[in-house]
Amino acid sequence: MKARVLIRPKAGILDPQGIAVERALPALGFTGVSQVHIGRLVELEVEDSSQLEPICRTLLANPLIEDYEIQEP
Amino acid sequence: MRFGVVQFPGTCDDRDAVLACERVDGAEAVLLWHGERSLDGIDAVVVPGGFSYGDYLRVGAIARFSPMMESVIAFASAGGSVLGICNGFQVLCEAGLLPGALLPNVGLRFVCRQVAVEVVNADTRFTRACAPGQVLSIPVKHTTGRYYAPEVELESMQAHGQIVLRYAPDGNPNGSSNDIAGVMNAGQNVMGLMPHPEHAVDELTGSVDGLTLFASMALGAPARA
Amino acid sequence: MPDATLPTVEDAVALGLTGEEYAEVVAKLGRPPGQVELAMFSLMWSEHCAYKHSKKLLRTLPTEGAAVFMGPGENAGAVRVSGGLVCAFKVESHNHPSAVEPFQGAATGVGGILRDIFALGARPVAILDSLRFGEPDSSRTRYLLDRAVAGIGHYGNSIGVPTIGGELYFEGPYETNCLVNAMALGLAEPGRMIKSAAVGVGNALVLFGASTGRDGIGGASVLASAEFGSDDADKRPSVQVGDPFAEKKLLECSLELLERGLLASLQDLGAAGLTSAASEMASKGEVGLEIDVDAVPLREADMEPFETMVSESQERMLCVCEPSRVAEVLSVCEKWEVHGTAIGTVIPERVMRILQGGSTVGEMPVEALVDECPLYDLAPSKPVGPLYPAPPAVLSGDAGLRATLLALLGSPNLASRLPLFEQYDCIVQSRTVRRPGQADAAVLQLPDGSALAASIDCNGRRVACDPYVGTVEAALECAANLACVGAEPLGATNNLNFGNPERPEVAWQLTEAVRGLGDACRALDAPIVGGNVSLYNETRPPVDGPSSPASEGGPIYPTPVVGMVGALPSAAGAGRLGFLRAGDAIALAGWNVTPSLEGSELAKLRGDELPDGLPGYDLAHEVRALGVLREAVRAGALSSAHDIAEGGLLVAIAECCLAGGLGADMHAIPADVELLMVFGERKGGFVLSGSLAALAALDVPLDVFGTVGGDALRVGVEGREAVSWTLDELAHAHAALGPLFA
Repeated sequence: MKARVLIRPKAGILDPQGIAVERALPALGFTGVSQVHIGRLVELEVEDSSQLEPICRTLLANPLIEDYEIQEP
Repeated sequence: MRFGVVQFPGTCDDRDAVLACERVDGAEAVLLWHGERSLDGIDAVVVPGGFSYGDYLRVGAIARFSPMMESVIAFASAGGSVLGICNGFQVLCEAGLLPGALLPNVGLRFVCRQVAVEVVNADTRFTRACAPGQVLSIPVKHTTGRYYAPEVELESMQAHGQIVLRYAPDGNPNGSSNDIAGVMNAGQNVMGLMPHPEHAVDELTGSVDGLTLFASMALGAPARA
Repeated sequence: MPDATLPTVEDAVALGLTGEEYAEVVAKLGRPPGQVELAMFSLMWSEHCAYKHSKKLLRTLPTEGAAVFMGPGENAGAVRVSGGLVCAFKVESHNHPSAVEPFQGAATGVGGILRDIFALGARPVAILDSLRFGEPDSSRTRYLLDRAVAGIGHYGNSIGVPTIGGELYFEGPYETNCLVNAMALGLAEPGRMIKSAAVGVGNALVLFGASTGRDGIGGASVLASAEFGSDDADKRPSVQVGDPFAEKKLLECSLELLERGLLASLQDLGAAGLTSAASEMASKGEVGLEIDVDAVPLREADMEPFETMVSESQERMLCVCEPSRVAEVLSVCEKWEVHGTAIGTVIPERVMRILQGGSTVGEMPVEALVDECPLYDLAPSKPVGPLYPAPPAVLSGDAGLRATLLALLGSPNLASRLPLFEQYDCIVQSRTVRRPGQADAAVLQLPDGSALAASIDCNGRRVACDPYVGTVEAALECAANLACVGAEPLGATNNLNFGNPERPEVAWQLTEAVRGLGDACRALDAPIVGGNVSLYNETRPPVDGPSSPASEGGPIYPTPVVGMVGALPSAAGAGRLGFLRAGDAIALAGWNVTPSLEGSELAKLRGDELPDGLPGYDLAHEVRALGVLREAVRAGALSSAHDIAEGGLLVAIAECCLAGGLGADMHAIPADVELLMVFGERKGGFVLSGSLAALAALDVPLDVFGTVGGDALRVGVEGREAVSWTLDELAHAHAALGPLFA
């Protein structure tokens, strides 16, 4: 089955990429944008969806600094 | 004294680390291929800098699962000395041998610069050749060097002398918590640092201050013919 | 052969061939070309591969010298250096890809030049880059600069090759056509080096590295050679993406294959992909090659044979080995996690035969493809009027000495390059004895204690003023930079970045520049062992601007970038540019002619028209003076040496102060020559510091006129109060580029 894993910086961890994008937007005329955070999207196909959780914990995300969210269709 | 320097696909500073280790009197150094497992005859391990596995996914994340890293983890658990430099520091954090993690620099850019690094704890097997408070001139070169650990962890590290090196005041190149440049594990046998001591072992190329770290590791280690 | 879908002459024109060239292809084949054949001819007969407008001129350049190990014709040139080693080096452009997608364009430019170096069996040891953009007040320029610098750093830093130097200019004519040239140096033991000529009929052809995708299909013709219009957004899918991690593995794999003696020939895949790599190998080896496109590992399943043959997918190499060695070659590939596949065979018939499974989808004589592209004579004609508008004035003509120096130091072309260079790893591999900003040339130590020095230079605006003299100056600047660290030239490489050569005035610029390059490199004994040509670099008119002659675009400033490599006997004795000791005397050395403000940075800031012609040089005098300086540096007689370049004498002195963290007190200069002397520009002048006796002993025109010390730069002017600047003031002005990377 196909699955998607969204990985984003943990709340409270400084996200300079998000800040850089947030700062760039007003200059382009987009105002009122806040809380920009940049993460990663991993798409994968797994035979056994119970593996997703350990895959995320072990490799795809570093739980110390990142949250992850598994999306199964 | 024989150093082993781990070589992953994408490691860049492996040969530099070997050269640096070999500058220590009586020391020799060998490369340890990531796909091998043997640490026979190795007295201390250096995990060098570079971009192991292209830094893809997350810096250091893939390298930690290599066969050699399994051996290095076992070696460290048995009390062996392990020094991680830059990408090697990132790998050791990912491997759980060191507390914390390394995040993208606040400036988001790669920064290559000679920095002043203060020896906070000179009573370690990595810094015993330094004087307490000694300031070392060592270059940094990285994009992901902002040290992070939860506040509680930082306090505990501080209390247990695990913060070994700090950037000099106003010289923090990446936004690290508490200006931290190098840390140890609780067992005090594993150290990681972002500055590159292997690039500070020759007056001609800038500084010899980094040599003291390798020399410290060799102090008290078995002599070899 | 299937001919139901034979391409037409219109297809040929769309691929960049002229109607006449298409007819020539038909004549050589004795029939109309099929799709694969036309695709391959269009690449091999492109300007990029065939140098059809420049080949005749390039033949006039000096290519032989005492140190030359490998001249033009291989992937890079090479010179012998101390300790029995060979240094391979070359500069190459990636201008149009960088204008379309600056990060990937610059990154793959670095990747491409590095492959050229290790294709010879040399380990890449250094990168220098040469960049040109429009003025930084344009947001497009700032975007291009930021991304190109990031791309260079991304590739060089990740692969572990230090970026040790380079140059950067901002000029209006590069606004829509930036230049990104990258130079690489490699070191090899001569016995390990290899050529690209395919040898040994029956030997296997092995492709290794990344899989082949639709990257840059037609890129060499469309991106690298055509003047591009307003549709570059549509070309974006054809931009190649670089993977430095893949190239790092490819590099180590290639060097291990050579170390084990497994290969008969090796070639990298660059622009024009498999087509160019394989045809060149066949041509040089005077053999033919049979390639089965079905054997090529593809990234996308449904690729057509012609796409496989022209793909510009990065990080691929092609080698020839004996059939009995294929298994061992593939096992080395496996060790480095590099995919290797035998895709063909060396055949005796001198043809390129392309198979798909069992059937032939193309067959062409190698000579026709590689050597028989029509060459064109240029029709040079000196332009009657100015080709370029005067730069916009940003400094009042009556600005005084104080304000002028600060304006110059803070001007985009002269401000400190540290904000760029800090984004590059300049120390990996442990050879870097002089980092950017520490000396005029980068210096790398060699195992025997000697050192290599390298510099890359060209001031396109001065070449625009006078293509002959401006190009002589580019070569002199390189040699001056080498002399300041104590190095003597061993060889040079060049990248000719010009506009459309079919324009008579561009043809004139090109002809004059090549004449200047040849004369200067002959005089300097710096043979040109390799290089690259990038033509059709034209500025576009503003898309929505009014149509007037001034907005019709035109050529970029002619930019013949020169890279030079030199040697010095002792790394420990390498010169540095910063003042070293308070109390040292300061001398102006070398100038036998008073410099002129024409074509200078000050003239640019004032918005002056470009002059028609620049004062020339007595090359014998220049070469002799460089020798005197070089020997003085080698003897350790000087504390510092810095050549006077853009901005003139006072800017050079300020740079010496900033690099050394020491001030200087300059004697009174005559008021009537004040501006000419301090801001005029001319090659061959140097700011030296050292003991009075050491300076006085130099057998060159010399004027001792100041003392090192203090924390300010102070200049006396006859009959007026002295002018002074604190070091902090100078440093603040010099840091003007910082905000571009904030």
